[in-house]
Amino acid sequence: MNTNLITQVSAFIWQEADMLDHGEFQSWLDLWTADGLYIIPIDPLETDFLNTLNYAYDNHAMREKRVYRLGSGESISTVPTARTIRTTSRFRILSEAGDRVTVRCAQNLCEFKKETIRHYTADVTFELVKTGDSFRIDRKVIRLINADDALQGIAYIL
Amino acid sequence: MTIEIKPAKASCNYQELVKHDRVHTSLYTDSAIFDDEMEKVFYSTWVWVGHASEIPEAGSFKTTYIGKQPVIVARDRKMKVHVLLNRCRHRGATVCEHKKGKTASFVCPYHGWSYATDGSLRGVPHPEGYADILEKGDHPLVGLRVEEYAGMIFATFKDDIEPLDSYLGPAKKWMDLFMKQGGGYPIKAGNAHRFRFPGNWKIQLENTTDAYHFPLVHKSFLSSVDQQTLDMLDFVEGAGYVEDLGNGHSVMVMIPELVDLEANLDAPIPTRFEELAQQLREKHSEEEVRRIVRAVGGSGFNLNLFPNIACSMAFFRVLQPIAVDQTEIHHVVLTMDGGPEEANRARLRMHEHFQGPMGFGTPDDSEAWERVQKGASAGQDLWILLNRGLPKEVKTADGLRSDVSAETGMRAAYQQWKKLMTA
Repeated sequence: MNTNLITQVSAFIWQEADMLDHGEFQSWLDLWTADGLYIIPIDPLETDFLNTLNYAYDNHAMREKRVYRLGSGESISTVPTARTIRTTSRFRILSEAGDRVTVRCAQNLCEFKKETIRHYTADVTFELVKTGDSFRIDRKVIRLINADDALQGIAYIL
Repeated sequence: MTIEIKPAKASCNYQELVKHDRVHTSLYTDSAIFDDEMEKVFYSTWVWVGHASEIPEAGSFKTTYIGKQPVIVARDRKMKVHVLLNRCRHRGATVCEHKKGKTASFVCPYHGWSYATDGSLRGVPHPEGYADILEKGDHPLVGLRVEEYAGMIFATFKDDIEPLDSYLGPAKKWMDLFMKQGGGYPIKAGNAHRFRFPGNWKIQLENTTDAYHFPLVHKSFLSSVDQQTLDMLDFVEGAGYVEDLGNGHSVMVMIPELVDLEANLDAPIPTRFEELAQQLREKHSEEEVRRIVRAVGGSGFNLNLFPNIACSMAFFRVLQPIAVDQTEIHHVVLTMDGGPEEANRARLRMHEHFQGPMGFGTPDDSEAWERVQKGASAGQDLWILLNRGLPKEVKTADGLRSDVSAETGMRAAYQQWKKLMTA
């Protein structure tokens, strides 16, 4: 087991999680490769995201739009903004080939808005590209444990 | 088979609660009214249960609800569609817990009673315990009356109400127009975004023909589209209209040029579809390209079919009442069955952009509706005002019509609601 690599990717993923919880969205956008995709499928067993319906299938342009919407004040579901605190753990390197690392982890997110606390638990699989002494995100696939259930509005970045 | 439903005690005078231009807030908040609605609306009229493409083969099925009752929609060996109560005739267990699939039979997991896809009881393990007192023919899964139009499958508990054809009435031609977004291919009802909001189902019902909220609630969506799309969606003071089609149905026409998707195909292709058109030209004639691209954008109207289904621009909106203050909504994506992959991808991405819990549109609608339910607990005798558009409302061949931001559709729905609740 390459515990060095696990340390490196988990530090990177924790940093991403902290950015999202603290509204550092421009820094978050800069973590991605140009063609990177942020994907939240409905069917947790789906593999062909391009040709099926997802909750989100964001390229760079869509990620930018999503970030803009969070801060623009034009969306009533983002005012007040939800507070989120998330933890990621259970990191497992699924593959390492050349400069690409695929790592799967578990994410537990707590959301608080308008007197209501909600929890979202998901398997998150990252495909990371080694860049300098860090990484960039080429794929982030978030499989909610209840992805195919009836959810409520998620007005922040998972 | 007629299902006997005992009428619930009328605890209020519905004639007094639904006026021509307003309805009483208790319609959103009184759980006795909700229970009454299940009996008098959902169990007494035609309710949408699925699209034919969801159960394409012999043995295909899906499960859903009519009001609060779980049902199975199944296509039998002879391709006939049945809507069956999801309840074993022995001791009441559900016989199917999958959302959809394909099967040769429904087997109850409790004691193994086995039903064919037409609902007939085929197998009872250890029948010697019944000797001759159990006639299998007497205990099928209870089947409802089922009819279909334009691929839309409806069911009712009532044997004596009018056929679906006349229930839909003038709405039928709008359904035909809507299905033109198959672009020459059959419509395929695919996966759905499912979400719940803490509010009454009628709040969502009203929203389907509500143009008035669009520029404000969906400002953030409008900020995320190109200028041409933005101009197209600036319809509140435009040439569109809302029309009451009778029986509680209504249509809101937002973009008149997109009512008939096959009309005027020579019109310039919108900028946002130029890249798609180029990709399609590799394998399709110019005429086909134009028809497909036009279809990809969806219809320029929302058709609201009372009580639970809407054909809304480029998707089906299904509503499912859970409690007086809780509703589940499904937004079903529609693609072209066998159509070009690029065109279908465009449909999927469009749907993801606006709809669902992470779309740029739905969460804001949901927030507004949640606030309606919350505000509805303020005051003892206040009304929901539905008088917008009355001064210029005119009679048409199909019903009543007013400007696109009028509340004609809501008034249509509540008149039908009152008719059913006082029947």
